[in-house]
Amino acid sequence: MSLHIQDLRATLEDGTEILKGVTLEIPKGEVHAIMGPNGSGKSTLSKVIAGHESYVVTGGSVTLDGEDVLEMSIDERSRAGVFMAFQYPSEVPGVSNANFIRAALQARLPKGEEIDAVAFYKSLYKKMDLLDMDRKFTARAVNEGFSGGEKKRNEILQMMMLDPVYGILDETDSGLDIDALKVVAKGVNAMRSPERGFLLITHYQRLLNYIEPDHVHVMSEGRIVKSGGAGLALELEEKGYEFLKEEPALA
Amino acid sequence: MTTATTLPAWFTARQQAAQTRYESFPTPRRGDEEWRFANFKQLDFTGFDKAQRSAGFSRPEALVSRSTGLEAPAAKFIFRNDTLVSSDSNNLPEGVICLPLAEALVSHGDLVEAHFMKQETRLGSAKYAAWHEANVSNGMFILVPKNVEVDGVIEVHHWIDGANTVIFPHTLIVTEAHAKVRVVDIFRSTTELDPGVAVAFNDLCAGPGSSLDYVAVQALNEVTRVIQINETSAARDANAKGFILNTGASWARNESLSRLEGPGSHSDMLSISIPAREQEYDQRTFQHHVSEGAYSDLLYKNTLYDHAKTIFSGLIFVDERAHHTDAYQTCRNLLMSDTAEANSMPGLEINADQVKCSHGSTSAQIHDDEIFYLRARGIDPARARQLIALGFSIEVLERIGHEGLETLLLTFIEAKMTGLTC
Repeated sequence: MSLHIQDLRATLEDGTEILKGVTLEIPKGEVHAIMGPNGSGKSTLSKVIAGHESYVVTGGSVTLDGEDVLEMSIDERSRAGVFMAFQYPSEVPGVSNANFIRAALQARLPKGEEIDAVAFYKSLYKKMDLLDMDRKFTARAVNEGFSGGEKKRNEILQMMMLDPVYGILDETDSGLDIDALKVVAKGVNAMRSPERGFLLITHYQRLLNYIEPDHVHVMSEGRIVKSGGAGLALELEEKGYEFLKEEPALA
Repeated sequence: MTTATTLPAWFTARQQAAQTRYESFPTPRRGDEEWRFANFKQLDFTGFDKAQRSAGFSRPEALVSRSTGLEAPAAKFIFRNDTLVSSDSNNLPEGVICLPLAEALVSHGDLVEAHFMKQETRLGSAKYAAWHEANVSNGMFILVPKNVEVDGVIEVHHWIDGANTVIFPHTLIVTEAHAKVRVVDIFRSTTELDPGVAVAFNDLCAGPGSSLDYVAVQALNEVTRVIQINETSAARDANAKGFILNTGASWARNESLSRLEGPGSHSDMLSISIPAREQEYDQRTFQHHVSEGAYSDLLYKNTLYDHAKTIFSGLIFVDERAHHTDAYQTCRNLLMSDTAEANSMPGLEINADQVKCSHGSTSAQIHDDEIFYLRARGIDPARARQLIALGFSIEVLERIGHEGLETLLLTFIEAKMTGLTC
């Protein structure tokens, strides 16, 4: 059982090819990290998996436990268990955080069934405590006026509440100070389980000091060009992405 | 009580004079600045008659049970075609006068006269204000004496019943120094199919240091037209808040004027309108800074579906001596369809110094990225758009600052949005 990306190709609406055949399998229970320089396509990969409409899939497949993810609508993918934590989460003025998360949970229930409000708040508060989030964030409009760190914590809070099978974190570490980074990592680590997989997309190795990956992949120009263990991240940190310029020549 | 029904002479005289004015004033027409973009077809009221007081009404209890509102209002009045059906005002503090206007005219004629329709209607509907004045027979007179605070909300229901009926409900609220009150008027039709007209007027007089909140809910059926004129005056350090929710009517014309008459006075002018199908809402506002050192803040939000149309025309007017004025005006339109039409005409005229003013209007559709964010959490696209639209309105709702009222208004908003295709 896994999230399986096979030879995935995608272009922008104008035809510019961004993903040029990405293959990656994330079995449940594993944490994979994708690193790479800016413009390598790593954020695009997460958006294509989530179903962002700015991209056109031109080839390949994404399956979740054998189910065709690309056939699903954006919201179906989420309900099927794929969660994407955004690099730049949207603000939703006038919609309180609690009501937003409730609406997302409600969307997962059969018609006519209602969320148990008491259990919901109990669960919400417990997770907010773990993420050091003040209770006032339940009543505040989603992400509105949140600092960068608060937005990222809020993404992790949503992930914890929605309890996905796969969590994809798109540059969740960017713009975070070390304390916020530790809190985010705490949330992810608390969710690690044999039943769940993660894909961490990051530019820096720093995040991986706090969330230890099982596998690290390097992406460049729309492809995964190198894969290894946690050590690969450290190697990249030390040597930078310069080797990418030489290595394809060797291959 | 009903034996002493003689109306005071001043009132009869004013009604007669108003009738003359009504007949002599021309119907607004193309080229009138106050009616720019307006739909003049809506001003033909031929065939609509003032309701007969007792005609064909046998079951008041059914209307009482339909008059749902707040959980525990401070007082509750129910009118059908400007006739009182039911009232409960036993829990109001001593000294508060809270009476149907018909009764107050007889028992407190001088007090009513001191405040009744004192300002000149200047936003275009002088003719219809005169029509109202000539025909008004009921509504509410509420006077809160000095230092008295009414906890909770006075809730008033106005029902239009029967085809081609015109009602002229009047709400006159006076807060004396440091008094406090909240009032909500709810306008509805008894059926979905009977056309009607409501020509409503509210006079709000906020005395020094007092707090006066007024909320109007317009949820008439969609074959009814409404003209609603609001005139507010705020004395020194008074806090006046006016709020209009429009979900009903085929056509609504709102004219709202706030006069800031004393230093430190504060006026919030708020509105949420959610027109759909072929509904048209035409709103004109005037923030008149007569005194120096006063504050006014207007926020109108329209969410337009289908072929709906809105007009917003607002003016901030700062008199010559009204230095140190703070005045703000914002109209925001959320377009839920490509065929909706929102017209905004914000305006500013400043004749004083050291004034802080801003005005602006925006029209936008929901951004794709916002929808994507909600869908990426599993929320289907229709629900996502509805949530975002709801949030757009809630920003205004929260300015009311009263949980019970916010919840009540939310039920009207959600009832309107449910079933709309977006």
